[in-house]
Amino acid sequence: MASHLPPGSSAQSHQLETAGTVSDTHYAGPKGLMRWLLTTNHKEIGTLYLLFSLSMFFIGGLFAMVVRAELFQPGLQLIQPEFFNQMTTMHGLIMVFGAVMPAFVGLANWMIPLQIGAPDMALPRLNNFSFWLLPVAFTMLLATLFMPGGAPNFGWTFYAPLSTTYAPPSTTFFIFSLHMAGISSILGAINIIATILNLRTPGMRMMDMPLFVWTWLITAFLLIAVMPVLAGVITMMLLDIHFGTSFFNAAGGGDPVLFQHLFWFFGHPEVYIMILPAFGIVSVILPTFARKPLFGYASMVYATAAIAILSFLVWAHHMFVVGLPLAAELFFMYSTMLISVPTGVKVFNWITTLFRGSLTFEPPMLFALAFVVLFTIGGFSGLMLAISPADFQYHDTYFVVAHFHYVLVPGAVFAIMAAVYYWLPKWTGHYPHLRLSQWHFWLSVIGVNLTFFPMHFAGLAGMPRRIPDYALQFADFNMVTSIGGFLFGLSQLLFVLVVVLCIRGGNKAPAKAWEGAEDLEWTVASPAPLHTFETPPDFTPHRH
Amino acid sequence: MRIRYVWPTTLGCLGLPQSVLAIDWNMPVGVTDVSREIHSLHMIIFWICVAIGVVVFGALFYSVFRYRRSRGARAASFHEHTTVEVIWTLIPTLILVAMAIPATATLKKMYDASAADLDVMITGQQWRWRYSYLGEDLALTSNLATPRSEVTGESPKSDNYLLEVDEPLVLPVDRKVRLLLTSDDVIHSWWVPDLAVKQDAVPGFVNENWVRINEPGIYRGQCAELCGRDHAFMPVVVKAVEPERFETWLAERKEAAAQAALGVDREWALDELMKRGEQVYGSICASCHQPDGQGSPPAFPALAGNQTMLNDVDYHIETVVNGVSGSAMPAFRNTLNAVEMAAVITYERNAWGNETGDAIQPARIAELLDAP
Repeated sequence: MASHLPPGSSAQSHQLETAGTVSDTHYAGPKGLMRWLLTTNHKEIGTLYLLFSLSMFFIGGLFAMVVRAELFQPGLQLIQPEFFNQMTTMHGLIMVFGAVMPAFVGLANWMIPLQIGAPDMALPRLNNFSFWLLPVAFTMLLATLFMPGGAPNFGWTFYAPLSTTYAPPSTTFFIFSLHMAGISSILGAINIIATILNLRTPGMRMMDMPLFVWTWLITAFLLIAVMPVLAGVITMMLLDIHFGTSFFNAAGGGDPVLFQHLFWFFGHPEVYIMILPAFGIVSVILPTFARKPLFGYASMVYATAAIAILSFLVWAHHMFVVGLPLAAELFFMYSTMLISVPTGVKVFNWITTLFRGSLTFEPPMLFALAFVVLFTIGGFSGLMLAISPADFQYHDTYFVVAHFHYVLVPGAVFAIMAAVYYWLPKWTGHYPHLRLSQWHFWLSVIGVNLTFFPMHFAGLAGMPRRIPDYALQFADFNMVTSIGGFLFGLSQLLFVLVVVLCIRGGNKAPAKAWEGAEDLEWTVASPAPLHTFETPPDFTPHRH
Repeated sequence: MRIRYVWPTTLGCLGLPQSVLAIDWNMPVGVTDVSREIHSLHMIIFWICVAIGVVVFGALFYSVFRYRRSRGARAASFHEHTTVEVIWTLIPTLILVAMAIPATATLKKMYDASAADLDVMITGQQWRWRYSYLGEDLALTSNLATPRSEVTGESPKSDNYLLEVDEPLVLPVDRKVRLLLTSDDVIHSWWVPDLAVKQDAVPGFVNENWVRINEPGIYRGQCAELCGRDHAFMPVVVKAVEPERFETWLAERKEAAAQAALGVDREWALDELMKRGEQVYGSICASCHQPDGQGSPPAFPALAGNQTMLNDVDYHIETVVNGVSGSAMPAFRNTLNAVEMAAVITYERNAWGNETGDAIQPARIAELLDAP
């Protein structure tokens, strides 16, 4: 098909020559810093996003280390409760908005055009703008640590009125930086939708797109739907703080619970924003290393869409003990339980993809397999939390902390690492160092479980979250968790080492770096030249 | 599912002290019918997850070991199977329906707070709980009793470290007690695991829950919702006693409260007020304004050398009695009695180098409290 296309663009036939191509010669933009400030190239912007995310991952990680050091044993040893609260808050905000979300946007920038055969993102200048909003936003957020009264200290969920009437003065800066991060996300999402809907190579139907593209398309719609809600709720906070309104101030006739409804109407889809692209990554990696097509492609797409739609109907399961009427408790319990059905379908499909494959265990595959197992454990505790009567015991304990860290760290973060290992050969032209990658993987797996598994027990035994000091019966769990946390934190330095070594050298990777890889990105040279697919590649659907 | 002994032994071998070894791994069964039901729901859903986990992870690890290329596995090419996909959508759905039925029944029970024998109003305040026995004219303030020196490590930690209070909530067993929860400032959450009650205390709203305790005993819990700096330091302690003992206790406490409120009318000496005020300051005010009166600005202003306060007695009294709207300073008119407020105001005006010499008389505060 698509034989009317210009010659030299065939994806299926020759690889090294297509390699992208012709075009490096006519590139003569600015050099040095200005090159990165002004770039509109999807690969460079993708790189910027990924580097930004990596640095935020370490800053947020550093805050987590401070928290774990204080919680190593009972009593107040290192820091005071005020600063502890700032650390937990900043850790959450930085990891969610600074590390995980930008990492996925970075991967989208790099890989979506390559996977759909597009020359770049549809809106390149907007792309530049949405990236450069982020360093500004997060510099401002981090600057609050040095302001009088300290940084935000009300948890990443910033419940009013703790975050309004009782908040430190730096809250205004927090609101502004979240606005900027939100605008960045919305613009990024618009760009991704425009790219996917308009720039697919001729012949690629929606149901031919790699799962990573599909999950990002759905994620982008989620972002556009809910980021404005976040913007609304933080604007209401701003009005309460500075302009005398009483949206969330009961003394003025307002309702603190309204804040939670609005926040979680954003917050729950936000949770899926952080996991759906991870589903896509795993759905791309498992078939590659099983050398077998993804099982149930169509049901994967439908399950992702179902999860996205359901995500708008479950928000109040975060609020089971806030005093909801019985009917609301029942509705949100049932709808939340329902989410485990499409999620289960995905897990079953992944495992069936492995069944009767021909498996090898390169680093991306290791991370993807760990994702399937550990994310599922997070899914189990999620199902337990959905049972509203039991949630009266689980709510706001370390059981919840264990749950969401299982879905976000060995869930989202492992998927991001799997993606980095998977696509590093395409980005740098070299394979990552095998031994070091394996060390990084195994230390991470051990560290992550040592950190987060004991949290289940601490929570069930009665330890509330967000406390700088705790009763003696929680001491053992916390010591194990802290040791695991330090191990996990330190082993991420290996990750940086692997990435740096891979950029500087290593075994050369061919265009098709992985034997079982099928998608269009593997038809361009490794490393991918700055400009690819200036003419659309020929595309033949290969599996459905 | 209480594995109380295996793990402690292991840890014991590692040389950890005995006092930390009696650890719980699981949700407590608790001492109410509701807590038992919740515990069994928790165990059912836990075992369902274990069963699914065995099947799912079994299939995964089987595939990972059986179909390795290094063992010569050749990939099949199948990629869909409608029947299988329908089955594994339907079976989880059925399991969920089966789970939802008992969960719904328990939830309905938890929401029926009608026909209570006793009503207790629970008010959260940064960072203590206040308990009012409605219709009995008795209110208690419950503060953390763990000394600061245990927190900072200057003295050894007692067994109930951070889970002990000066004034527990005393409740009768075998009586249905309705709990009404609200807050003076931010959102708190009143939680006692053994009673399976966790309910947010939201400012401006009154939430409802209930408890019927089956066994006398002391049950400990904590505030569960982040409520600011000392969130970790506002425990909940419930002391459940036989109904007859509860009646006796109630009568005694009401008598004692009446005694304490006496003396409003007489003239108090500065020394007397200072002595009483120091106690009140230590248990109520010091957590924010600090024992040395230096506060922690900007949220909690210093009282030592605070000219606005020292130059204007009325402002000082007004602030303590009615609080400062829109700030972290609560109104103490319902928490402290006239004598206590007079004493603490006197103390603040004469401690840490503040030397006004003012002796604020309880009568002056009582007048303010009686005013409409």
